[in-house]
Amino acid sequence: MSNLSVNHLLGIKYITKNDIQLILDTATNFKEVLNRPIKKVPSLRDLTVANLFFENSTRTRLSFELAQKRLSADVVNFSASSSSVKKGETLIDTVNNILAMKVDMVVMRHSSAGAAEFLSKKVNAKIVNAGDGAHEHPTQALLDAFSMREKLGDLKGKKIAIVGDILHSRVALSNIFCLQKMGAEVKVCGPTTLIPKYIESLGVKVETDLRKTLEWCDVANMLRIQLERQDIKFFPSIREYTMLYGLDKILLDSLSKKIIIMHPGPINRGVEITSDVADSDQSIILDQVENGVAVRMAVIFLLAGRQ
Amino acid sequence: MKPRVLLENKQLEVTLTRLCYQLIEVHNDFSNTVIIGLQPRGIYLAHRIQKLLEGILKKKVNCGDLDITFYRDDFRKKELIPNQTNIDFIIEDKNVILVDDVLFTGRTIRAGLDAMLAFGRPNDVELLVLVDRRFSRHVPIQAKYIGLVIDSIQTQNVKVEWTETDKKDRVTLIDK
Repeated sequence: MSNLSVNHLLGIKYITKNDIQLILDTATNFKEVLNRPIKKVPSLRDLTVANLFFENSTRTRLSFELAQKRLSADVVNFSASSSSVKKGETLIDTVNNILAMKVDMVVMRHSSAGAAEFLSKKVNAKIVNAGDGAHEHPTQALLDAFSMREKLGDLKGKKIAIVGDILHSRVALSNIFCLQKMGAEVKVCGPTTLIPKYIESLGVKVETDLRKTLEWCDVANMLRIQLERQDIKFFPSIREYTMLYGLDKILLDSLSKKIIIMHPGPINRGVEITSDVADSDQSIILDQVENGVAVRMAVIFLLAGRQ
Repeated sequence: MKPRVLLENKQLEVTLTRLCYQLIEVHNDFSNTVIIGLQPRGIYLAHRIQKLLEGILKKKVNCGDLDITFYRDDFRKKELIPNQTNIDFIIEDKNVILVDDVLFTGRTIRAGLDAMLAFGRPNDVELLVLVDRRFSRHVPIQAKYIGLVIDSIQTQNVKVEWTETDKKDRVTLIDK
C-alpha cells in the first residue's frame, strides 16, 4: 500500500479502499504543511497541470488551483465560456491542443457524465475528474470523508445521511461509493421525485422523512437543489421543499443528539439549510473547504508519483 | 556475507555521550539552540540526543521531527511515503542542529535544509550524524558532529537499529 492502484482519478467507483486511505493519510501530511508559515513545497516543480472547466465552479476550481500552486506545479486555466469551444471545437481537439503544449495532468469539469473517463482513454495525460455531469465528483467525496474522519475518527459503522436533490447530484453518488468503501452506513433522504429509482441497489437506505433521518444519523450532508439541471418541476415550490426538507435551528436543536452538518456548497441559505444552522458550531462547512486543498494536493501528488 | 557490527550497546552509548558533550562545548546551555531530527530514521537519534542532553543539562531541550518527502529531488524515481512533521517551536534566529542517522550521498540533508526553511530562517545550521559514509557524497555537504566515520562501497548498506523500533541498539554494515 504505497501508491495508488489507478493512473487517473475518474471516480470513487474505480478506486479501492486502500487508495482512499492512502489519499486521506497523505492529505493529513499536507494539512500540516498548509498550517506552516510557508505553505509551499517544491515537490511538483516539473509538472504542468491544465484546469479545464467546461462548467462553472468557484470552490473546486480555486481549491485545485491553490493545491497545484502549493505543490509548485505550473498551472494553466481554461474556462469554456472564454474559449474556442464556443466556436465549435470538440472536447478531444481542445484537450489535445492543450497537451501539445506539454501538459502532464488535466483536471476537468464537464457537464456530460463520463467525460473524464472518455478523455482518459483518448489522451496521454493523467486525468482528474472535478465533476462530470450528475455522475461523480471524487475529490468532493474524499474531502467530505477526510472532514468526517477528522471529527469522528474511523468511519466504519458510522451513520451518514445525504439529504436533498440526490437525483442530480454527483456529490451524492461519489459520497455513497466513498462512504461504503470506508465501511459507513448511508441513508439518502429527499422528496421521492428527487431520489433515483433504483438507488437501493447500491446498498443505501431511502427515507422521505427528514426528522427520522436526522434522528438516525451521525452526520447530515445537506445538498443543494440543482435547479440548473432540472428541466421539469420535481416539486411544487421552493417554499414547500424548504418546509419539508429544509433544516433549521429549531429542528436541529430538537434532535436527541448533536449531529454534524455538512454542505458541499454553494449554499442556498434559507432553502436547504438556514443561516443559523450553516453558521452553528455543529456545521463543518468551512472545514470542508479548508480540507479540500489538502485532499486535492494529496490526489495530485500521488497521481504525479505514478510512473 | 555476515553483517559486520560497527557499533553496539555500550560503545554506541559512549559515542552518543561524546556527541552530546561536543554539542554542549559549542552550544553551552542550549538556550538558543534546537534539535531537528530528519524523518524517518533520524528522529530516534535526535530524541536519544535530546534525552541525554536533558539529563546532563537538567533542563528542557527543544527537539522536533521534520519530514522531507515533499522536498526530495528523487520524487517519481521511487515510491515515497510521507511521514509526520512535528515541530512545535519557531526556528527563526535559532541555532539548529539537524540530526540524521547515516550521511551517504547528502541528498536527504539537502532536502532537509530546504524543508527547514518553511519554519523560519535559522541563525546557524549544523549537521550531526551517527555514521558518515565518506567519499560517497553527491552534493557538497559535511557533518560537523560525527559518531563514526566509515569507508564503504556503493553496494553496501549501513543499518542503524534502535531499541525503540528494533528491540536493540546496533549499527551494522551489510552487503546487499
